[in-house]
Amino acid sequence: MNAIARWEHFPHQADVGVRGLGATLTQAFEQAALALTAVITDIADVAAEKMICLSCEAPDDELLFVDWLNVLIYEMVTRNMLFSRFEVHVEGGHLTAKVWGEALDVARHHPAVEIKGATYTSLKVAKQPDGVWLAQCVVDV
Amino acid sequence: MDLALFERKSEFEWHIRPFGRMRVPGVIFASETLLREMDAKVYEQVANVAMLPGIVEASWAMPDAHWGYGFPIGGVAAFDADAGGVVSAGGVGFDISCGVRTLHTGLRLADIEAVKMRLADALYHEIPAGMGSTGGIRLDATQMDAMLRGGARWAVERGYGTAADLERIEEGGCMHGADPTKVSDQAKKRQRDEMGTLGSGNHYLEIQQVTDVYAPEIAAAFGVQAGDIVVSIHCGSRGLGHQIGTEFLKQMVIAAPGYGIALPDRELACAPIASPLGQDYLGAMRAGINCALANRQMLTHLTRQVFAQVLPQAQLPLLYDVSHNTCKVEEHTVDGRIRKLYVHRKGATRAFGPEHPDLPVALKKSGQPVLIGGSMGTASYILAGTEQGMRLAFGSACHGAGRAMSRHQALRNWSGRKVVDDLAGHGILIRSPSMRGVAEEAPGAYKDVGAVVDAADQAGLARKVARVKPLICIKG
Repeated sequence: MNAIARWEHFPHQADVGVRGLGATLTQAFEQAALALTAVITDIADVAAEKMICLSCEAPDDELLFVDWLNVLIYEMVTRNMLFSRFEVHVEGGHLTAKVWGEALDVARHHPAVEIKGATYTSLKVAKQPDGVWLAQCVVDV
Repeated sequence: MDLALFERKSEFEWHIRPFGRMRVPGVIFASETLLREMDAKVYEQVANVAMLPGIVEASWAMPDAHWGYGFPIGGVAAFDADAGGVVSAGGVGFDISCGVRTLHTGLRLADIEAVKMRLADALYHEIPAGMGSTGGIRLDATQMDAMLRGGARWAVERGYGTAADLERIEEGGCMHGADPTKVSDQAKKRQRDEMGTLGSGNHYLEIQQVTDVYAPEIAAAFGVQAGDIVVSIHCGSRGLGHQIGTEFLKQMVIAAPGYGIALPDRELACAPIASPLGQDYLGAMRAGINCALANRQMLTHLTRQVFAQVLPQAQLPLLYDVSHNTCKVEEHTVDGRIRKLYVHRKGATRAFGPEHPDLPVALKKSGQPVLIGGSMGTASYILAGTEQGMRLAFGSACHGAGRAMSRHQALRNWSGRKVVDDLAGHGILIRSPSMRGVAEEAPGAYKDVGAVVDAADQAGLARKVARVKPLICIKG
């Protein structure tokens, strides 16, 4: 099923959209997190050397998805880190995750932009007719 | 945009007649060309804003309007608390009090030509810019709260600038009603190392030259002449503002049904002004405004320090400081009656006309300076608020060019190195930690700011005073 796990960016006039696709909702969340890092830098340049645990909760899957991205944005800024590997679990509106990454190195990562926040614009979390889960929204940069 | 959707009230004023749940008309100020090219989403978003409770007069969009979050970017809407009006976190946006300030230098081109490279390098060295950059000071909890209450006034009291700066900042540099206890610990933590930093994206510090003066009398009142060198700083409330926006957006989305508010779009998240959540947001958002004002004041101080080293003859008094993502309490005349309104400007600049009581004495006759940022390599403009603009859209004007294409498309079209080299060929020095960031912000990715400013001028929202072009640009 990993063959369908992938991420992509989609255009927004002022900012950028992040989209994750996967066999499950959690896989779509993980893929969207990769898309988030890719807004800033090339994921291949981010070593998964340090692990941290994160959690968040929200009343529905879509608000939970925005929260998940916002938790990542917050941790990136306050820990001065970039992340490249994600393991997400969701149960009853509560999300826990292990994420791996490394300290931001401006000279090596050349961060294109910092992300202000994930938005409710073009927000969608759904299992599509072909059975693939999709999680997406626009992030403000 | 399909022009048939609108009723044309004048050459630059296009009305959307209320339909469905719209409480007031929508109004877009634009030339026919700008309106044709405008994203159809703007129409939808202007109409959605018009559905919010307690909105007064109209849901407006400025000539630079484009697809935003809930509100269009370039959107203006005023609400009356006594009529069940709301305050909207989406209507202010993530970058609370993002804005532009312009400093005089007293210099002419000939003064800086010989040291231009050195000045660019020194500014790039001293101004923290881009992701991961940190400011020179770290605030403890007490200092953080004092900064959130005091804004630029706090910064000046700590030696970052002079008292004369304060009267050239909206609200005298200190937003009244800020409540640091309504700002979360997370928001404060996010800001801890970010005081006096520029940020990234479309934020910049530019050394500019005044190329044209269109209204000599007003320009004289502003102290601006053709050939002058000025400095402009575009940035906002950094991580603190972003976090406040993020947290209250979620709270307002969840709380809206309980207040009986049916949101046409979740991003229009709002709460009644009179509710505890509305009041909490106002307290936190005003603290965010103070953070932005303090931040621009600290960047001003760093800029003055660099000039003192490189061009010690320069004096850098503040021309003016505007914010273009805010909600402010203002008095406006509606149907001959003065009403106290909560005016949201999302990507729109306050543009008070002559004799407005909030203007400093030296600017009473000219009207408020309205500073319109360009993009790297393109011109910026200085306008002035007008009497007519006070009536048209409660003293509001455009804020910048707005993007013409996505970052994705810009990356396909340009390489950062080539953009830097091309601009150097035009005498514009770019300094940035990220070449990808430069490519995403390439001048060609933005709309023509000149057309936007002309439309604002001809619509009567604000009067065109001067045009400036960049010589040095520090990008995050």
